[in-house]
Amino acid sequence: MADKQMSAAQVVAQLKDGMTVGIGGWGPRRKPMALVREILRSPLKDLTIVAYGGADVGMLCAAGKVKKLVFAFVSLDFIPLEPYFRIARQNGELEVMEVDEGLFMLGLKAAGMRIPYIPTRVGIGTDVLRHNPEIKMIGSPYDERDWVAMPALPLDVALLHVDRADARGVCQVTGPDVYMDDLFARAAKKTFVTCDELVDSRFFEQGGQARYVFWERSQTAGVVHMPCGAHPSSCAPLYGFDVQHFKEYAASAKDAGGWQQYYERYIACGEQEYLQRVGGEQAVRDLALPVF
Amino acid sequence: MRETDWVDRIVCAAALAWADDGEVLATGIGAVPRLAASLAMLTVNTELMMTDSEAWLVREPVPLGPRGSDEPKRETWMGFSRIFDNVWGGKRHAMVGPTQIDRHGQANISMVGPDYRKPRAQMLGVRGFPGNSINHANSFFVPNHSPKVFVAGEVDMVASAGYNAARLPRGWSFDDIDLRLIVTNLCVMDFGGPARQVRIRSLHPGVSAQQVQQATGFPLHVPHEIAETAAPTDAQLALIERLDPHGLRASALG
Repeated sequence: MADKQMSAAQVVAQLKDGMTVGIGGWGPRRKPMALVREILRSPLKDLTIVAYGGADVGMLCAAGKVKKLVFAFVSLDFIPLEPYFRIARQNGELEVMEVDEGLFMLGLKAAGMRIPYIPTRVGIGTDVLRHNPEIKMIGSPYDERDWVAMPALPLDVALLHVDRADARGVCQVTGPDVYMDDLFARAAKKTFVTCDELVDSRFFEQGGQARYVFWERSQTAGVVHMPCGAHPSSCAPLYGFDVQHFKEYAASAKDAGGWQQYYERYIACGEQEYLQRVGGEQAVRDLALPVF
Repeated sequence: MRETDWVDRIVCAAALAWADDGEVLATGIGAVPRLAASLAMLTVNTELMMTDSEAWLVREPVPLGPRGSDEPKRETWMGFSRIFDNVWGGKRHAMVGPTQIDRHGQANISMVGPDYRKPRAQMLGVRGFPGNSINHANSFFVPNHSPKVFVAGEVDMVASAGYNAARLPRGWSFDDIDLRLIVTNLCVMDFGGPARQVRIRSLHPGVSAQQVQQATGFPLHVPHEIAETAAPTDAQLALIERLDPHGLRASALG
C-alpha cells in the first residue's frame, strides 16, 4: 500500500521556480501555513499563487516570492486589509488576475474537469473583464446572449491543511466548511497536505467519519504530519485563529525592517522552534474559535 | 437622545429593503446591514433566510458579537460553495458597504487610485461583488455620505455592475441588474429617477436635499416632496436591542 508520508522540506523540494501553486483555506482559516513557512525558508521564486488569500499570500509577498497572484480578496477578516499584500500591490510589484470569488471557483472546477472554460454570467458589466483580457466572452449556441467564459485555472501544485489524514492520503476536514479545498485538490497535478493528526486507515471506518472526506486519495500526492500546521490560521474545530499573533504580524508591516524581524523570529527558526515561540501545541489548541 | 437613536433609525430604514423579497437569503455585511437584515427577518419579511455569518443557515437571526449559552438555531449547512449555488440561482438580496459608488450604481471595494497596477490604496479585492451584482438584488449602506464615496466619474475599479449600458454585453439589459436601496447616514436613496437615476427617497431628520446633493459627486433626482425617514417604533427598538446586546452599532457610523 502506498505510503505518501513526507516532510515539509520534501514537499517544497518538489516545487520549482515559476510554478503555479494553489493554496487552500480561506482568509485566516485552515491555511497550510507550515508549508508556506517552508517555502519562505527556500530559495523558490517567481511563483504564481492562486488563493483565497490571507497571511499566506501576505507573507509570500513580503518575502518577494510572488510573481503573479490570482485572487478575489486577501484579508485576515478581523484585520480587513492584509498589510504585506497591500504594500506589494501599492508598490506595483505584483502581476495580478483579480476575479470574483465564484469565478475563481469555476476556474478551479474547469481545471478539475479538464475543460477549457465554464460559461457564467459572473463578471458581466465589471472591470474584472477589462483588467483580465484573457477572460473572453463567448456567444451561446442556445440563446442570443454573450456569456463570460471563465478559463480553467490549472495548478502545478496545491497545498492544503486538513484535520486528519492517513498515510495513503485519505484526508478529513471536520470543520464547518471545506472551503474550496476539494476543487484545489482536483485542479492540481499534485496536491500536498499537512494534517494535524495522522491516523490509521481504519479510523475512517468508524461512525460517520468517512462523511468528512471530500476528495479521493488519488488526489493527494503527499501527506505531512504537522500538528498545528495551520497556525496562525484556524483549523476548526481543533483550534481558532491566533488573534494576538495576527496583530503582531500586521503591526510588523508598519516598520521598515518589520518583515525581517518577523522572519527572524518566526520563520528562520524552523518549525519546531516556531511552535515553541507561539506558545506550544497546547496553547494553539486552546485558541478560541472565532465568533461572528 | 440616546447615542444609538440615529443608527437605529437607519437600521429600521434599511430593513425595509427586504420587505417584498419573499423567501430569499438576506445577507448584511457589517453591523448596520446585518442588524437591518435581522430586523427584517423578525418583522417585515419572516420568510427570509439568513446565515450565522459562518457556515450555517439559521432559523432565527444570530445576535451580534460574543454569545452566551444561546447556540445558533441551525437549519442547514451553508458553506461558501453553497453560498455560490444560492447566488447563481438568484434567490438572495445582499446589503454591502462599498468604498466607492458611482451614478450608475457601480460599486468598488477593490482598490483606489488611477493606476490599477499600482493602487494608491489597495483594499480587499472584488470579493463576491461581480457575481452578486449580476445574479440577485443588491443594496448599499454608506456610513459616511460624501463625494469620496459617491464619486463624480466611474468608480476606480468596477467590482459590481450597475446601470451602465456601455458595459453590457450582447443580449443583456438593465433588467438583468437589480439595485435597490442606498442607505446612508444622511438619507435613503434608490434608483427610481428617470432612466434609473439615483433618487432621494427619504431624508433623515434635519438633513436637507441640498446637503445630500452637495455630499454626492453626481446629480441626484430630487422629487418635490421627500418624506422624513421614519422613526423606529418601540417594538423595533426592543428587537434591535436583542439583536445587538453589546451595542456594537453605536460605532457603526464612524
